[in-house]
Amino acid sequence: MLSTLYLAVTEALRSLVANKMRSFLTVLGIVIGVAAVIALLAIGRGAQTAITGSIEGLGTNLIFVAPGNTRDPAAARNARPMKWQDVLALQDPAAAPSVQWVVPLLQRSVRVSKGDRHHNTIAFGTTPEYRIVRNYNVAEGEFFTQTHMLSRAPVVLLGPEVAQVLFDRTEGLVGETVHINGHPFRVIGVLEAKGGGGFGPNQDDRVVMPITAMYARLFPDMQGKVDGIMISAVSPEAIESAKEEIRQILRLRHRLRPDQEDDFSIFTQQEFLQVFQVITGVLTIFLGGIAAISLLVGGIGIMNIMLVSVTERTREIGLRKALGARKRDILIQFLTEATTLSLVGGLIGIALGWGLATAVEHIAARFDTTLPAVVDLQAVLLATLFSAGVGIFFGFYPANRAANLEPVEALRYE
Amino acid sequence: MTADIVIQAHDLHKIYRPGRDVEVHALRGVSFTVQRGEAVAIMGPSGSGKSTLMNILGCLDKPTRGEYILDGQPVADLNDDQLAVIRNRKVGFVFQSFNLLPRVSALENVMLPLRYAGVLRGAAQRAREALEAVGLGDRLHHKPNELSGGQQQRVAIARALVNRPAIILADEPTGNLDTQSGQDIMRLLLRLNREQGTTLIVVTHDPEVARQMQRILHIRDGRLVKEEVPAARPVPTGGVPHA
Ligand SMILES: Nc1ncnc2c1ncn2[C@@H]1O[C@H](COP(=O)(O)OP(=O)(O)OP(=O)(O)O)[C@@H](O)[C@H]1O
Ligand SMILES: [Mg+2]
Repeated sequence: MLSTLYLAVTEALRSLVANKMRSFLTVLGIVIGVAAVIALLAIGRGAQTAITGSIEGLGTNLIFVAPGNTRDPAAARNARPMKWQDVLALQDPAAAPSVQWVVPLLQRSVRVSKGDRHHNTIAFGTTPEYRIVRNYNVAEGEFFTQTHMLSRAPVVLLGPEVAQVLFDRTEGLVGETVHINGHPFRVIGVLEAKGGGGFGPNQDDRVVMPITAMYARLFPDMQGKVDGIMISAVSPEAIESAKEEIRQILRLRHRLRPDQEDDFSIFTQQEFLQVFQVITGVLTIFLGGIAAISLLVGGIGIMNIMLVSVTERTREIGLRKALGARKRDILIQFLTEATTLSLVGGLIGIALGWGLATAVEHIAARFDTTLPAVVDLQAVLLATLFSAGVGIFFGFYPANRAANLEPVEALRYE
Repeated sequence: MTADIVIQAHDLHKIYRPGRDVEVHALRGVSFTVQRGEAVAIMGPSGSGKSTLMNILGCLDKPTRGEYILDGQPVADLNDDQLAVIRNRKVGFVFQSFNLLPRVSALENVMLPLRYAGVLRGAAQRAREALEAVGLGDRLHHKPNELSGGQQQRVAIARALVNRPAIILADEPTGNLDTQSGQDIMRLLLRLNREQGTTLIVVTHDPEVARQMQRILHIRDGRLVKEEVPAARPVPTGGVPHA
């Protein structure tokens, strides 16, 4: 049995090699289709890993509160900015027992200068708990403290990239002075490098300072307002109850009637992941569509060329029948040929797709983006299986036609 | 008695219908028998039905009417696959146009019938022996386009022989060859007939070729018109003349 298969495959390969150019053009459809799917899946999977990583890297048990209701565009328009008092209310352990840390955020574009060097980046005004909630470590120096908060001290922590641009180094910077939007700030530390971080804003290209200093020195008209609030729940299980507590506190503070929608939105890390999974799902369906269409087109190409081949080789089929080939022998011969053809196409496609994904990974790396090409075994097996299936499916009609040729007619064929 | 008869054809008719309302009576009632080990020539003008008859004898085609028994097996009731097995085991074909597979070696061409017989072990050895028997022991790995016409026809003969068939059917085997190679081929076929006792049926237009057979069947317009035992070569002892 095995040696019969071996004979059939070698015979199929020989006949395909005899028509190299034609075989190549025939499988091109399958090659391109499979390559595209493998490459896109690999990149998509890499992106997924990166995004999931960066969402999870934000810290555990995180809840985000933003002004405006994302589900209600009308409410979003007259969104009430959130206030410092909101932050204080959420910190009340009696009203919000499931809440552990509450961290306000003010986030603005700024220009940081050292001498004649300038760098445009994002300043985060926050409280010392930010470091805990976001899992942030400092590479050198120290995070600002409650004392800095109370004194509205003009101190700043530099992201490693900012430090690099302004000082050409990321060490020995504590005590330096930089100017932010023209105001002098003392450098008290350098943030730990988190890497290019794939997606979202670059986590290394930012400066962090006490929110009180940011109000006092840079954005006086924002005094008492915050862009968002980050909250950590006491445990992963407490996230839902924390959400509900936050919602009740904020509704009360914003004096919302029971019939009124929330004028704020609460997201959990879990929800970010879910949204992302929906996006990935859509992407997967889309890729599946591309795969199906390209395999269909490739399969039709194979069917076409196999029909041509059967016609061309009518005499050969007649001869084989004269020598004792049964219907099923001829059927298997041509099915093997069609399957080998599409399988070879599929394998080339897998290799090509893999190469493409790796190339994209390298190009992305050159632009400081981590986009690992993750070609998983499952995709490879699936592509192999599908291309073989295409060969069998689209090869069947031509093979059956060959098998049913009348021996005499076939031998007489010119 | 029947054991000695390889071919029993009774009132064979073949009607082709190449189009609507068009009928070609290629055979109009042909009956004859062939003894095992006989060498028979079939002669007749072009279009008289020789190839049609050969196709039926080789189980490539079925008669429209009449009965054909090959090696004790009535052929009429067999399905396509059973016919394929008969062709594989009992019949060896030699065609006018050689009909070798291009691109594969002489050896692999000869192995083809063994493969369809399901013989895998020892197939190469048997094919080599068949090629040696036709004097091509030194051309095993040549492809058809690297062989002369006569050599190609010898490969075809080796292929016809390799399954040790009951009959060899050769339809104008020398038709595409020059006189010398043609004579070589006929000598080879006759030697195999004599030495291995393979029944041989040859269609030919060449009286020289026909005279070397034990019996000549003349066919005209789909009918057997004359049977002849050539004077030049008396029936060898043991050969039973047709009754
Ligand atoms: N498939 C077919 N369809 C229709 N008519 C056919 C077919 N095959 C043969 N014929 C006709 O049957 C008759 C006998 O043909 P056949 O090939 O048996 O002749 P032949 O004796 O072998 O001739 P030649 O010596 O030229 O080979 C011819 O009239 C031919 O046209
Ligand atoms: Mg003929």
